Amino acid sequence: MVRIAVDLNRCQGYAQCAFLAPEIFAMHGEEALLYDPDADAAQREKLAQAAAACPVQAILVDAVESDAVDVSAEAVSGGR
Amino acid sequence: MDGDGSLERLKRDGRIVVVGASLAGLRAAETLRDKGFAGSLTLIGDEACEPYDRPPLSKQVLLGRASAERTALPRLRALDATWRLGRAATGLDMAARRVRLADGDEVPYDRLLIATGVRARPWPNEAEADLDGVFVLRTRDDSAALARRLDAGPERVLVIGAGFTGSEIASACRERGLPVTVAERGAAPLVGALGGVVGAVAAEMHREHGVDLRCGVMVTALEGDASGRVRAAQLSDGSTVETDVVIVSLGALRNTEWLAGSGLGAGPRGIACDAGCRAFDIRGIVTDDIYAAGDVARSPHALFGYQFLSLEHWGNAVSQARIAAHNMLSESTDRLPHMEVPAFWSSQFGVNIKSVGIPSMGTEILVSQGSLADHRFLGVYGYQGRVIGAVAFDHGRWLPFYQELIETTAPFPPPFATVDRRPEGQRPLDADFPDPSIPTHGPTVTLSGYSPADRRMTFTPAH
Amino acid sequence: MTQSLLHQILDYANRADPYPIYEELRKSPVHHEADGPYVISTYYEIRSLLHDPRISSDARNLASNAAEPPAGAPSEESTLPPGFLKLDPPEHDRLRRMTNRPFGPPHSPHRVDGMRGELHDIVTGLIDGIGDPDRIDLVEQFSYPFPVTVICRLLGVPREDETRFHVWADTLAANLDPDPDADPAERDKGAQDARMQLGMYLAGLIEERRKNPGEDMLSQLATAKGDDGPMTTMELLSTAALLLIAGHETTVNLITNGMLTLLRNPDVLQRLRADPRLAVPIVEELLRFEPPVQLVPQRTTLADIEVRGVTIPKGASVWLVLASGNRDPRRFEDPDRFDPDRPDIQHLGLGSGIHSCFGAPLARLETQFALAELARRLENPRLLEDPPPYRQNAVLRGPRRLHLTCDGIRP
Repeated sequence: MVRIAVDLNRCQGYAQCAFLAPEIFAMHGEEALLYDPDADAAQREKLAQAAAACPVQAILVDAVESDAVDVSAEAVSGGR
Repeated sequence: MDGDGSLERLKRDGRIVVVGASLAGLRAAETLRDKGFAGSLTLIGDEACEPYDRPPLSKQVLLGRASAERTALPRLRALDATWRLGRAATGLDMAARRVRLADGDEVPYDRLLIATGVRARPWPNEAEADLDGVFVLRTRDDSAALARRLDAGPERVLVIGAGFTGSEIASACRERGLPVTVAERGAAPLVGALGGVVGAVAAEMHREHGVDLRCGVMVTALEGDASGRVRAAQLSDGSTVETDVVIVSLGALRNTEWLAGSGLGAGPRGIACDAGCRAFDIRGIVTDDIYAAGDVARSPHALFGYQFLSLEHWGNAVSQARIAAHNMLSESTDRLPHMEVPAFWSSQFGVNIKSVGIPSMGTEILVSQGSLADHRFLGVYGYQGRVIGAVAFDHGRWLPFYQELIETTAPFPPPFATVDRRPEGQRPLDADFPDPSIPTHGPTVTLSGYSPADRRMTFTPAH
Repeated sequence: MTQSLLHQILDYANRADPYPIYEELRKSPVHHEADGPYVISTYYEIRSLLHDPRISSDARNLASNAAEPPAGAPSEESTLPPGFLKLDPPEHDRLRRMTNRPFGPPHSPHRVDGMRGELHDIVTGLIDGIGDPDRIDLVEQFSYPFPVTVICRLLGVPREDETRFHVWADTLAANLDPDPDADPAERDKGAQDARMQLGMYLAGLIEERRKNPGEDMLSQLATAKGDDGPMTTMELLSTAALLLIAGHETTVNLITNGMLTLLRNPDVLQRLRADPRLAVPIVEELLRFEPPVQLVPQRTTLADIEVRGVTIPKGASVWLVLASGNRDPRRFEDPDRFDPDRPDIQHLGLGSGIHSCFGAPLARLETQFALAELARRLENPRLLEDPPPYRQNAVLRGPRRLHLTCDGIRP
């Protein structure tokens, strides 16, 4: 899975992402954007196209795997 | 601190603790690493999950287009952090520089960032709040539970409070075809943030989409059935709304209780800090090792008369987090002020609402482009002869222009012609806020420089 | 006497490399010569004016239009009303919204995405048909026919009619070029004729589509019943003309400039051959580095506007030199370097604000497919002529021919 967040303060509704990766991004009305915050990895290429095409570079995508490895109770109880 | 090498030591092997593992906490942690912090980094969060994004929780998730469990924030870089998730911070010992956790564990720090955010204001009557079918919406779990209940097809949803979140919930419910009643104490939805002129447009949007909108009323009681499920709400006008899902959307409370008695200047209005995000203690003296960012912070803003602003905005959390992280690792003269122009968005009933500046400081509004009747317009807010805020309904591409007007304290009403100025936009109207706040007088500050990367403050002393 | 900067921009002798002139221009970000337009050449100022509601796209707001069209200002006297490119809100917004309905989200979210297979097939067919690899004219054999075929299919215009409308389209595109030395009356007359003929041609086509509507955009525009009601026939004609011209006068240059740039940067070409996904950032960098629309010459001030200390009076003509803003060192580090790895490319290549390029997603996909496939299939391609001969147009700038050779064409 690929995690996505869009900075909707930056977004101006150019809809390039919704044209290029309609499985992930959709316009809701003329200007509002809805997106799947956790896209299927199979969509990775289209996601890259969408993110690159964003005229205001508002699409944030995982640059690295999550490193929140010690979420589990065991690791947490270890303390410091 | 300055010049004695202690900053270098901090960067090399200091201990930085971030309390609050949400948007501000995560982005601050990433910035610390970006700025070369190589010491130990600990993130503490009361929820057991890694940082997630909240805006989708009241939109995509309620529409059934995304799952609440899958809104984790993208990671912009590797963190190499220790995560202490699932246990809240419960206390702060400023003298010993330690954060106490719910399980009694203590975490020492050299620098502390507090980004504990806010939580939903609960329904005041506890027994009623505990009824099955009564929800608030703030966390991932809230959203997941509410989405499940909406999936089950309730008979009628009651939303208490028509602010942005309440309106978004009502919009999502209507899009799913669910009958919705909205009860709002004010004269119109969004009236507190955007005033009555724009509130009237919001009210039209609710009604055109089939919301049973009741303004000027309060919900006085929630009633449950024998099995403890909510079945009705009593309204102050004497009417009753039969409902099986109630969403309490009455704003937020700041998560500062854990700091009580610590000596930090924290209270129900947030944590007071300076323009560089350094927290004040209760004596009004700025600390040098404790910072605050995001919804929980209150800081003076140069563009708005140095009033202490607390902003529950996504963009504010990001920019304040970055400023705090930068300043933690900087000599005093290299620190940056937090002077991002406030901005937020909401989407409801298929309309994109965006705002810059502080509309609620405005006393007048001018519709400078488009038309209120079309629900497509740009409204400029004026305060004491200057532009102080702007709101766009499906007109977001014009907002950067208005942001510039705010940054340069441009005169209000704007004295120039614009494309698409309609007759209604020829004269400012009373913005019709229920309770306008009166800012203090002070020097005028404008942002200058050619580019956003090159911003400077220009002071014009008051007479 | 040295030539004025304005003349130098338009001078054909500088077409192959206008960038040194832009660099000169940026020394005075608001450049003004007597009676001429106010020429804006720096990134932040251009971007800010593209979002400035005191700037009109409607030539009727030019102070000088009350009298006669000034040299350099393309006039719009013809039988068709202006397309939405040359209108302000609310008309612009309404027409663009209606045109978008059969083209993009929210109403037609899969139209462009659904053309991927078709785009790939057209590219493959054109490369298959290149024939002799010793001497290829990329414009004639690839960059021109590709977008034309695409826009014809999208609109529902018979591809075989291309010989008829391409002359009109050429004339109209040439009319966008603000050549100060041409006789305005002569130019207008030519453009007027071309516009009328194109209009009559499209009117016939639309008539036919109304009777037998298909899945194409013209059919859907002609039969639309959206919230904004139907377009008038005149609106429909000028919109169709706009799409047809824009759809085949810009992407051709983007593709040709793209291949030219890749051939001048063989390391990037090599990387693209190894990884076709690189086409995505390449196209964005290309839109910065060699934008197909170099400048926007048809903007007008509705009020006195101060830009960097210069007051541009109400009713003045304003040119926004996008291609210069894209090379502004205040915004882009090492701007004259073609670097697809550049972070944060917020270029001006497709404009910004409400008039930003309508066909942008299609142009992006077309160019990505085109460059990736050309890189993959042409073996060891080399330029035969550098610089290539350019077209006259300073606004829609691109090579007239791009002669290249290669060792063979891979299957």
